[in-house]
Amino acid sequence: MESLTQAIKIVPLNHYILLSAIIFSIGVIGVLIRRNAIVVFMSVELMLNAVNLLLTVFSVYSNDPNGQVFVFFIMALAAAEIAIGLAIIVMIHRNTNSIDVDILNRLKW
Amino acid sequence: MSIFYFIAFLSILFSLLVIFAKNPVHSVLYLIITFFTFTIHYILLNAQFLAIVNFIVYMGAILVLFLFVMMMLNLNKDAEPTKSIYVKMIGVIGGGSLLVTLVAALKGLAKSQPVVLQNVNLGSVQNLGKVLFSEFLLPFEVSSILLLSAMVGAVLLATRDNKPKVTV
Repeated sequence: MESLTQAIKIVPLNHYILLSAIIFSIGVIGVLIRRNAIVVFMSVELMLNAVNLLLTVFSVYSNDPNGQVFVFFIMALAAAEIAIGLAIIVMIHRNTNSIDVDILNRLKW
Repeated sequence: MSIFYFIAFLSILFSLLVIFAKNPVHSVLYLIITFFTFTIHYILLNAQFLAIVNFIVYMGAILVLFLFVMMMLNLNKDAEPTKSIYVKMIGVIGGGSLLVTLVAALKGLAKSQPVVLQNVNLGSVQNLGKVLFSEFLLPFEVSSILLLSAMVGAVLLATRDNKPKVTV
């Protein structure tokens, strides 16, 4: 463990921010270009995880455990969000026989 | 130093594969690998508690839930109708300009300090537990109510009501 933590000592903070920005943008692109509701949902997960990583990095950077506690709360929230979202997707599939997000632009079926 | 860049490269590669894979089941599998690389990032930052929680909750629970829903809906064979190439290009341009904006804002910063772990026990279960149960006790309890209501809501939404409603 000690040797692993030695390994990050040379990585600048900007590179972590860059990594999170790239993964967040990939999530945004995924939401914009896919029509499958489950893949759109997974892109949202990708964005949440990018933010989680950045919060952890800032927590280590400023030596403050509050950031990691926030990440814990975000994970609990993401679990609740996934349960509800997937239940809604199952309900949509039962009513329309499709999970294409483009059918859902009328707010009724 | 190089291990971080290698893992970061893998994270970006597999998250690109998540959004560009044709088959949604492959997307879920790539997402599992992406989350595994995030777990390695947490271990590199010595955030042991978050690494374990990320491993158990994300890779264990959430992605299994995705796979179960996909199995229930039987989405494996029928490919989704793809969006037109123009809409895709507009989406990629939109996300790309977001990335360019973020990177340009990053360029405005001064040269950054390296991320140095000052306190080795920062991310340990003991340290985080002390903070969680003293400073953040109320949000912790509220999040338990959130999880309970999410469970009730999911059961309510996903059960099929095929019998007519009985009015009391």
